[in-house]
Amino acid sequence: MVEEVQNKIDTEEEYTINMGPQHPSTHGVLRFVVSLKGEIVKNVQPHCGYIHRGIERMCEKLTYQQIIHLTDRMDYLSAHINNAAVCLTVESALDIEVPERVKYIRTIIEELNRIASHQLWWCAFGMDLGGLTCFFYGLRDREKILDIFEESTGGRLIQSYNCPGGLMNDIHPNFQQKVKDFIKYFRKVLPEYDQLLTGNVIFQERTKKVGYISKEEAINYGLTGPSGRGSGFACDVRKRAPYHMYDKVNFKEILYTEGDTLARYKVRIDEMWESMNIIEQLIDNIPEGDFAVKMKPIIKLPEGEFFQRVESARGELDVFIVSDGNKNPYRVKFRSPNLVNLSAINIMSKDQKIADLVAISGSLDLVIPCMDR
Amino acid sequence: MNFNIYDFTSFNQWIDNYLYTSLSPFWALIVEMTIIGLVFLTGYALVGLFLVYLERKVCALMQNRIGPNRVGPFGLFQTIADLIKLLLKELISIKQADKLLFNLAPFIVIIASFLCIAAIPFAKGLHAMDFNIGVFYVMAVSSMGVVGILIAGWSSNNKYSLIGAMRSGAQIVSYELSVGLSLITMVVLAGSMQFSTIVEAQSDGWFIFKGHISSVIAFIIFMIASTAETNRGPFDLAEAESELTAGFHTEYSGIKFAFFFLAEYMNMFIVAAIAATVFWGGWMPLHIGGLDGFNHVMDFIPPFVWFFGKTFVIIFLMMWFKWTFPRLRIDQLLTLEWKYLLPINLLNVLLMALMVLMGWHF
Amino acid sequence: MNVIGYISSIFKGVISLLKGMKVTGSYFFRPWTVVTQKYPENRKTLVMYERMKGEIVMPHNANNEHKCTGCGICEINCPNGTIEVISKQIQTEEGKKKRIIDKHIYRIGMCTFCGLCVKTCPSNALAFAPNFEHAVFNRAKLTKVLNQEGSVLEKGVE
Repeated sequence: MVEEVQNKIDTEEEYTINMGPQHPSTHGVLRFVVSLKGEIVKNVQPHCGYIHRGIERMCEKLTYQQIIHLTDRMDYLSAHINNAAVCLTVESALDIEVPERVKYIRTIIEELNRIASHQLWWCAFGMDLGGLTCFFYGLRDREKILDIFEESTGGRLIQSYNCPGGLMNDIHPNFQQKVKDFIKYFRKVLPEYDQLLTGNVIFQERTKKVGYISKEEAINYGLTGPSGRGSGFACDVRKRAPYHMYDKVNFKEILYTEGDTLARYKVRIDEMWESMNIIEQLIDNIPEGDFAVKMKPIIKLPEGEFFQRVESARGELDVFIVSDGNKNPYRVKFRSPNLVNLSAINIMSKDQKIADLVAISGSLDLVIPCMDR
Repeated sequence: MNFNIYDFTSFNQWIDNYLYTSLSPFWALIVEMTIIGLVFLTGYALVGLFLVYLERKVCALMQNRIGPNRVGPFGLFQTIADLIKLLLKELISIKQADKLLFNLAPFIVIIASFLCIAAIPFAKGLHAMDFNIGVFYVMAVSSMGVVGILIAGWSSNNKYSLIGAMRSGAQIVSYELSVGLSLITMVVLAGSMQFSTIVEAQSDGWFIFKGHISSVIAFIIFMIASTAETNRGPFDLAEAESELTAGFHTEYSGIKFAFFFLAEYMNMFIVAAIAATVFWGGWMPLHIGGLDGFNHVMDFIPPFVWFFGKTFVIIFLMMWFKWTFPRLRIDQLLTLEWKYLLPINLLNVLLMALMVLMGWHF
Repeated sequence: MNVIGYISSIFKGVISLLKGMKVTGSYFFRPWTVVTQKYPENRKTLVMYERMKGEIVMPHNANNEHKCTGCGICEINCPNGTIEVISKQIQTEEGKKKRIIDKHIYRIGMCTFCGLCVKTCPSNALAFAPNFEHAVFNRAKLTKVLNQEGSVLEKGVE
C-alpha cells in the first residue's frame, strides 16, 4: 500500500502524511493518505474499511424485524431515518398502508433526528475549525432532543423505534408538549449559533471559496444531501420522491449555488430551521389511531426486488432488497450517502491548505460506520 | 527593617545590606541569586498551576459546564493531581529522534519564559532586575522560545511536529514585529525603556488613557500579536489540535510535555503582565488627576494586588478570545500581520510621535 | 484595495468577533445556565424515563411468580443470541407432563436493546428496566438468570 501511495507523489518536493485512522478530525476511523507540498494538499487518498462489520451480509441471516437493529448502527446519528428506510421498503413490498398516526410520528421523529444530527455536525465542525466552545453548545441542545427520544422510544442515540408495519410503541403522553418546548427553546438558541460561528470573520475566511465543487461535478460524483445542495444540485428526496408526510407539509428545499464549504454549512443551518417548520406543522395534528398495523409474526416478502429512497441527514440513503420469498432477504444493499460524498474529497481539497482539508471533510459530515457498514 | 506592602524597596535594601555585611561580596551575590531563583521558581510553578485551573474553569463556564470539581474544594487541587500524573508518566523515547535536541527543546522553551519574568516589576521595588532597556530585553528573550519549538519539531522525527514547528516559526517571526512596534509606540510616550520609569510615568494616569487613540490601537495590536506569539487560540496553529494532532509536542510525554504546557501558560502570564505594565500602569493604582480623595482610596489597595488584578483581567481577555474564535489558517495569519497589523502599527507609531511632539496626550 | 473598503473590512470583522464574544461572555456571567449534572451525587434524586432501555428483566410479583411459560419465542426473535431459555419437564399434580422454564439466561453484554423480545413475548413476561449501572469487574457477571430462585409460573398464564 505504501508503494501505491508513493507513486502518487509527483515531484521530489512532495511528501505524504497519514491522517487517521486515529486523528481528531476524521471523526472516527477514516484514514487519509495526504500528499503535501509544504502545507498544500496535492492528493488525498481516503482509505476506509476500518469499521467494516459486514452489516449487509449479516442482514441476509436475519428476519426483516431483526434488520432494524443493525441499520441503527450504520449511520448512528440518523438512526431513526435508517430504520424508516428499511421499514418503508418492507411495507411497500407487502403493500401495507400504515396508519396516518404512524406517518405523522415518523415524520416528526425523523425531523427531530435530522436536527439532532445537524447539531452534532455543527459542534464537530466548529471543533474542526478550532472553536471548541461550539462543541458544548451543540451537545447541550442535542441533549434536549435525546431526552425527547428517550422518553418515547427508550433509546437515546439508537432508538430501534420503527418496525415493519409501524412503531414499537406509542408516543409518550408528554411527547407533543416536549417537542413544542424544544422548538420554542431552539428557535431562541439557533441565532446564537450564527453569532458565534456563522458571522465570525475568521470562520467566513476559513470557509469561503474553500473546497469548491461545481454543480456538474457534484452530480457526477453523486453528492447528495446538504453537500450536494450546497452546489445547487436539487436532490432532496423529500421533495423529489416524497414518503411519509412530506408531500403534505410545506417546506423549502434549501439550495445554495456557491458550492463551497460555507454553502454546505449554510444549507445545514437552514435545514434546521426548515425541520422546525415541518415539525410545527405536524405536531398539533397527530391523528388518533393505532401505532402499528398488525403484522404476521414472520414476515415473508414476495419474490422480487424492492427499492426505497429516503433523505437521511447527510444525503440520499437507498435500500435495495432482493427477496427469494423466504423470511430472510436474499441480498440487502444500502447506498450510503457518506461513502459517495467522500469520493469527491480529492478534487475538493486539491491545492488547498491542510487546514482546509479538515474543514472540507468536516463540511461533508462524514459518519464512518455508515461508510464502512 | 521596615516591611511594608506598599513599597518593597526598603525591604529589599535591608536583605541586601544584611547579606553584604555578613558575607563576602561574592557569596552574598550567590546567595541573593539563589534566593531570587527559588522565589521565582516557586512563583512560576504556582502561577502556572493556577492558570491551568483558571483556564479550565473559565472555559467551562463559557461552555455551560462546571469544570474541574472532583479534587479538593471546587476542584482546586485538580491541576496538582494532573501534575503528579504527568510526573509519573513514562517518558517515551522516540526511535530515530535526535536525542540531544529532543531532550533540550523543552528546557529552551521554559528557560526563555523564565528569563522574561526577571524584568517584570510586580510591585514597587519588587523586581529582580531593573534594566534601562527592560522592554528591549523582554522582547529579545521572549522570542527565544521559538527556537525551542523549532528544535522540538525538528528533532521529533515526525511530520506533524515539523509542520507545527515551521508554522510556529513563521508566526513568531512576523508577529514579533507587531509586538515590538506596539511596545515602541508606548516607549515613545513614556520616553524610557526602563519598566520602573514606565510605571512611575503612569502615576497620574495610565498610558491607555494618556495616549488615548494611539494607545488603544497599540493595546489592541499588542493583545492580538502577543496572543499569536504565545501560540494560543485563535492563533494556536503550531499545535492545531484538529489538524496536526498536537503539533510540535506530538511526541512529547510526561514531564517534558508538562514543560511545554507550563511554558505556554507562563508565556500567557508574561505577556499579560507586560501589557498590564505598559498599558495599564503595572502596580500603579488607578489615579485620576484632581480627585485626591479617590486617589487615596485607590492607594490603599496594595500595589501587587493591582498588578495581579490587571494581569488576570488581561489573561481573562485572552482566554475569552481562545474559547470564542475558530482557528485561523496559516496564510490568513500572515495576511493579518503583514496587511493589517503592520501598516496600522507603523502609522500608529507616527501618530504617537506626533502626539508626543505636539503635546496632544494628557 | 481601496482605503474605505480596507477600513470598513476591519470594522466589520471586529464587530463580528465582538458578537461571538458576547455569546460566550453572556454564558460566563450567567453561571446558573450551567447544564452539567453531578452524577454520583445526584444519584438519589435521579429519575430515569420509565421506557428507558436499560436492561431486560422478568417482573416477579409478591408471591415470587413470573409469567414466562418457556415458549422460547424471545430466543428465536433475538437477533444476536442474547437470550437462552433452558426448560425442563415436570410432572403436574394431575399427572400430566408439563414444560416449565428452568433458567432464562440473558447475556447483557451481547444485547443491542432492539426490544424484539419484549415486543414479541406472548405473555408479557419480559420488560425493560431503567437501570444503567451495568459496570462489573468480571465479564461472567454480565450473564444473568432472569427468573428468580424458586419462582413459579403465575396462575392463569398459559
